[in-house]
Amino acid sequence: MKGYLRPDGRKGVRNVLVVAYLVECARHVAHQIAWPFRDRQAHLIGFGGCYPNAYALQMMKRLCTHPNVGGVLLVSLGCESFNRAELAQHVGATGRPVHTVVIQESGGTTKSIAAGRQWVETVLTQLQASPRADLTVRELVVGAICGGSDATSGITANPAIGRAFDLLVEAGATAIFEETGELIGCEQVMAERAARPELRPELIAAVAKAARHYATLGHGSFAPGNAEGGLTTIEEKSMGAYSKSGRSPIMGLIKPGDVPPPGGLYLLDVVPDGEVRFGFANINDTAEIAELIASGSHLILFSTGRGSVVGSAIAPVIKVCANPETYRRMTEDMDVNAGRILEGQATLEEVGQEVFARVLRTAAGERTASETIGHQEFTLTYKTFEPLGPACLPAAGNL
Amino acid sequence: MTDRRLLQLDPRDNVLTVIATLEAGETICLAGKQVPVRQRLPLGHKVAACDIPAGAKIIKYGVPIGSATVGIAAGEHVHVHNLKSDHLPTYQRETQASYFDQQ
Repeated sequence: MKGYLRPDGRKGVRNVLVVAYLVECARHVAHQIAWPFRDRQAHLIGFGGCYPNAYALQMMKRLCTHPNVGGVLLVSLGCESFNRAELAQHVGATGRPVHTVVIQESGGTTKSIAAGRQWVETVLTQLQASPRADLTVRELVVGAICGGSDATSGITANPAIGRAFDLLVEAGATAIFEETGELIGCEQVMAERAARPELRPELIAAVAKAARHYATLGHGSFAPGNAEGGLTTIEEKSMGAYSKSGRSPIMGLIKPGDVPPPGGLYLLDVVPDGEVRFGFANINDTAEIAELIASGSHLILFSTGRGSVVGSAIAPVIKVCANPETYRRMTEDMDVNAGRILEGQATLEEVGQEVFARVLRTAAGERTASETIGHQEFTLTYKTFEPLGPACLPAAGNL
Repeated sequence: MTDRRLLQLDPRDNVLTVIATLEAGETICLAGKQVPVRQRLPLGHKVAACDIPAGAKIIKYGVPIGSATVGIAAGEHVHVHNLKSDHLPTYQRETQASYFDQQ
């Protein structure tokens, strides 16, 4: 397969131009700029807050220089706190085309939209000539998430994704699973899989932090639909979610925006550090997908039993449907029918192989269901993180 | 033998997962015994594999997923009415007010 070779040497599986608003007040203008180009890989992302936040700046830097991204238009109102000059400088230093429209300096809404569209049109044309380069499985980074879970998620789709993760890791790819709030109850089992003894307490501490965080807020990572689908407790949901990590050793623990060293399985800790300040760690699945992408995921495996329809800006989302009844109701939104396992029409191994093959075809350019329908969801919230501890990543000499 | 519509995920489990929706009035087979299905059990829901006393751990995937709040008879539906998390309470739309009152 061929990837899009960026000036900084990274290789993408899509050729996206992002239009990024830097405060909610600029979102309408940014949306209007991107909308006519939505079928030509112009995707809208942004940060809605007016107050500064180191996490949001780091997320936007990672997203705007993601390997799938070839060019960036920043849309600023003008008076917000976001450091637009630092972000533009960061993007420009990677060799990607970048431009900033400041609405207050551009004559207001209509003129800003016109100026932005003109830049997007020019750069999209340039991006058609983006150089292609051979892309191997070893260079792929794949994220996994479950959303709209029911009790079939942990029996079919999550274990099938786990099997695909094992195949990807065996082939040298990087795999990232996440949501420590949905690992409550299985931290001891998970810690046994740490690649190094010193990583074990870090994995346990990350889940304990999530349990404290959710206990303080008084709400687990559990939606009413989970219960309607047969899940009763967070521990039960956790065990099902955990199975999407497969059986490979866990090489390390990362936080949103940390790009792991190539090869192997990593846990992404999405729960903020320190005292609970800004609210829930995962306000919805889309916020977690954005974090998986900021940590370098070229594409996302999404397991759903109740039937989520989301896709994402920047990276393709492959939907693995766990529940055969849901698959029949919502076929257009799904890429893989893992519910066949429950009906005796396929084995877990066969669906795992199918997910793996689908990852390779998607990386090679095949569109996913959510891409075809036009899904490009994006959410970014306020959070606070501290730097990774020394035990979280493999020592540089061992890579 | 146990019913093919009920899945035991681990030999240690005391609950079974319904893998094809069961209608009220059907019977299920648990360890050779016929047990009537009292209400509709949708795909993914759990039934007790044996009699479970109040306070006992509910085991699925070979690990505890919470505790029984009342005694549960073999074949009975196991869900939010008789199973409680040992970590965080489970939120339901219908009980939103009481959920936040208990915090």
